[in-house]
Amino acid sequence: MIGLPAVLLVSAALFALGVYGVLSRKNAIGLLVAVELMANAVNINLVAFSNHWGGVAGQVFALFTIALTVAEVAVGLAIIILLYRAHKAVEVDEAAEMSG
Amino acid sequence: MAQFAFAIIAACLLGSGFQAVSSRNLVHSVLWLAISLVATAALYAFLDASFLAAIQIILYTGGVITLMLFGVMLTEQGTDTGITNASHRRIPAAVGALATFGLMATALWQGAPRGDAAGEFVTAKQIGLSFLTTHLLAFEALSILLLAAMLGAIVVARRKDP
Repeated sequence: MIGLPAVLLVSAALFALGVYGVLSRKNAIGLLVAVELMANAVNINLVAFSNHWGGVAGQVFALFTIALTVAEVAVGLAIIILLYRAHKAVEVDEAAEMSG
Repeated sequence: MAQFAFAIIAACLLGSGFQAVSSRNLVHSVLWLAISLVATAALYAFLDASFLAAIQIILYTGGVITLMLFGVMLTEQGTDTGITNASHRRIPAAVGALATFGLMATALWQGAPRGDAAGEFVTAKQIGLSFLTTHLLAFEALSILLLAAMLGAIVVARRKDP
């Protein structure tokens, strides 16, 4: 069988890919895609821990984070649509009214 | 055999994840994310979490990807879905991502638990019982949060009346 460290290493790599996306993307929906990747990496960790130690808690937590992520995407897309109405663009650099 | 399956799943997951954060086309990026989420569902099934694998397919590839594609269609004029990574931020972002990965890999190398898995198969019934007994308060709070998110999304994205 596959040990816990191998799964955790894969999820760490996935999280790092998400970090790269968040730091380098300009498009707001591209940012949301990268955030999804990071949340996914966290879920993989929870399921891997649940599998390693047994018990139901890890999978219950993973279900909670899945529901939270879905809510986040819904609200995030609403904000992006609002941003598009105000600027006719969804580049995050465009929304600079609040910068000092 | 298990190692081989795991290697294939991990390669699909990381390859499609990389394409999702570096593709030049926004629609392609979202579709690569869909492949990555399906590979995650395969990984859940591999880790004896079949209920979560099903939920992952239904909620993410069924719901989130559709929602994101709608978002792309609503915010792009015409067929211009080309996007780029900010060129001046690409190198610092790669450095930051590698540093994050290095930190986590070091922590894993030093402190990850070794040994065999418990190999316990968690059924949907166990998860449901846990939701309605041990985690009942969190479950109800989550339902309120989902309601708030739904209402919030409608209120924020609604077109103002003239």
